[in-house]
Amino acid sequence: MGCDCAGMMTRREMIQRLVTGATGSLLVWTFPALAAEGEDPRDRPLYAYAVDTTRCIGCCACMRACRAENDVPDGCFRTWIERYRVRANGEVLVDVAAGDDHVFEEDPVPDTVKAFFVPKLCNHCEKSVCSQVCPVGATYETPEGVVLVDQKRCIGCGYCVQACPYGTRFIHPTKHYADKCTLCYHRISRGELPACVLACPKGVRIFGDLHDPESRLSTMLKQRRYRVLKPEMGTHPKCYYLDLDFEVV
Amino acid sequence: MMNFVFPNELRVTWTVMIVLYPYITGLVAGAFIVSSLYHVFGREELRPIARFSLASAFVFLLFAPLPLLMHLGHPERAFNIMITPHFTSAMAGFGYIYSAYLLVVVLELWFVLRSDFLARARGRGPVAWLCRSLVLFNLHESPATREADHRIVKFLAGLGIPMACTLHGYVGFLFGSLKANPWWSTPLMFVIFIFSAIVSGISVLIFHYFVVFWINRWKVNGACVRSLGRYLWGFMMVAVALELLEILSITYEQTDKTEVLNTLIRTKLFMSYVVLQFLVFSLVPFLMLAVHALFRVRERVAHALIWTSATMLLVQVLLMRWNVVVGGQLVSKSMRGFTSYFPGVWEKEGLLTAAIIFTMPFLILYVFHRIVPLFPDVDGRSKQP
Repeated sequence: MGCDCAGMMTRREMIQRLVTGATGSLLVWTFPALAAEGEDPRDRPLYAYAVDTTRCIGCCACMRACRAENDVPDGCFRTWIERYRVRANGEVLVDVAAGDDHVFEEDPVPDTVKAFFVPKLCNHCEKSVCSQVCPVGATYETPEGVVLVDQKRCIGCGYCVQACPYGTRFIHPTKHYADKCTLCYHRISRGELPACVLACPKGVRIFGDLHDPESRLSTMLKQRRYRVLKPEMGTHPKCYYLDLDFEVV
Repeated sequence: MMNFVFPNELRVTWTVMIVLYPYITGLVAGAFIVSSLYHVFGREELRPIARFSLASAFVFLLFAPLPLLMHLGHPERAFNIMITPHFTSAMAGFGYIYSAYLLVVVLELWFVLRSDFLARARGRGPVAWLCRSLVLFNLHESPATREADHRIVKFLAGLGIPMACTLHGYVGFLFGSLKANPWWSTPLMFVIFIFSAIVSGISVLIFHYFVVFWINRWKVNGACVRSLGRYLWGFMMVAVALELLEILSITYEQTDKTEVLNTLIRTKLFMSYVVLQFLVFSLVPFLMLAVHALFRVRERVAHALIWTSATMLLVQVLLMRWNVVVGGQLVSKSMRGFTSYFPGVWEKEGLLTAAIIFTMPFLILYVFHRIVPLFPDVDGRSKQP
């Protein structure tokens, strides 16, 4: 029987193409990594953070900015500053500006031979244990290396709070999901700086792209001595502390 | 040691409900293993308590997830653990492990009780109708069906032993695998949890068995309870020895966590851990059970020793759960200090809620007993399969 539809697709071809297209779409939808294959991960930014501990004056402007920017509930902290005072006898005293106004108490310690401030925040670890233990995948890492919590997925079990070695997570007291520093993801995805970085009058907090060799962060890490917190945990933190004293954990 | 804790640690995240959760799963695992000692290993002296122990495992298992649901910030999303699990998390396995074990326990119980359901299904009234529906309206029974039931029960009881160990070992693993917490992070944790589970399961059976028999003025089966007492003695020795080995290991290793954990034990946990858990609620039952096992004592004395020991060991395991769950969170991850926690009574995760949840299985067990006898030997309503 002759066909008068020369150049048109046969039914068999159409079904084959439909099945191929549907299978491909399903694979890409199921395994997004396949779709991204071929993309050079270094084309994307890899956000990280550094803290210059030699410059912090403990003014806590960063804490106030964080609270205002992210509506952090009272009694919970996305970032905080620790004050270390080492006495002549070797005793180490540590406290935080934990009050609502975030001001360190004037509490002179006799025989203090060394004192410094250390800002703390989520370390956005490369091997984040909080992402690992989340039973529903509510904690995840963005392609830019920021560890976030999907508030609409979190069940509020608190396993991530227990798993974080740095104590940076908390369960939101009224909304009942896990919360923590997002590096102000809503700001950095618009090309702005995190609120704490912007508020710091001494340039203690340095935010940048590790994939950009010219960024201030990359330059600092090339030129200065630094360490990460609790490296023995194997979490590979992306928050780097410049000239950090060994007393700090 | 100075006292510095990270500011987010001032509020303890896992409280009474998370103490209750491993406690109840422990009772499940322990009670199930007692029933399997009869069904699989043929410990005939445990026959009078085999059905009761399986039913106890079942009702406690029904209530095991309730403390978790009470704890979750968003319980309405609880099923996401099964629907969209994140398999790198140990917790993602809970739904599957729990469901599989529940299926095995329900099936085993169904086969154990099928003869009783059939006996009652032939009558009239709502209970008969319920029993007819429970046997799926198939009223056929013969020696061949009873034999088949028996074989299936044996198989399910055998299958249930590793599953019971998995369920409770898994709970221990949830804690033991958290490297951030120096008090929890030990590979011994899941082994300790399994043995303490068996101790608590045997204890709750002894406790409840005596209470029911005293209330009903039934004659206690001496051989059964003495055997349970000996098992309890053996398992409690292993459980306590493992816990002490853990402490010995921490102290001897002299790592960075040694000082902070020793301080924790000497200060915050001194009363609940050293005095209550070990010196009172471990040592005293150990001695009482030793007297019962090693010396000839009169039956009434033996029963008193066994019941008192079991009751004390129930408290001991509860204290152990408390000292693990809450104790671990008292240590700051700064390793420079400790936080505090005292449970409330009326709050959502408070002591009243815990008491209600813990009481419910006993009430359900009573209703259960009204439908099918849990102690057929004494109450004469049916035969034991």
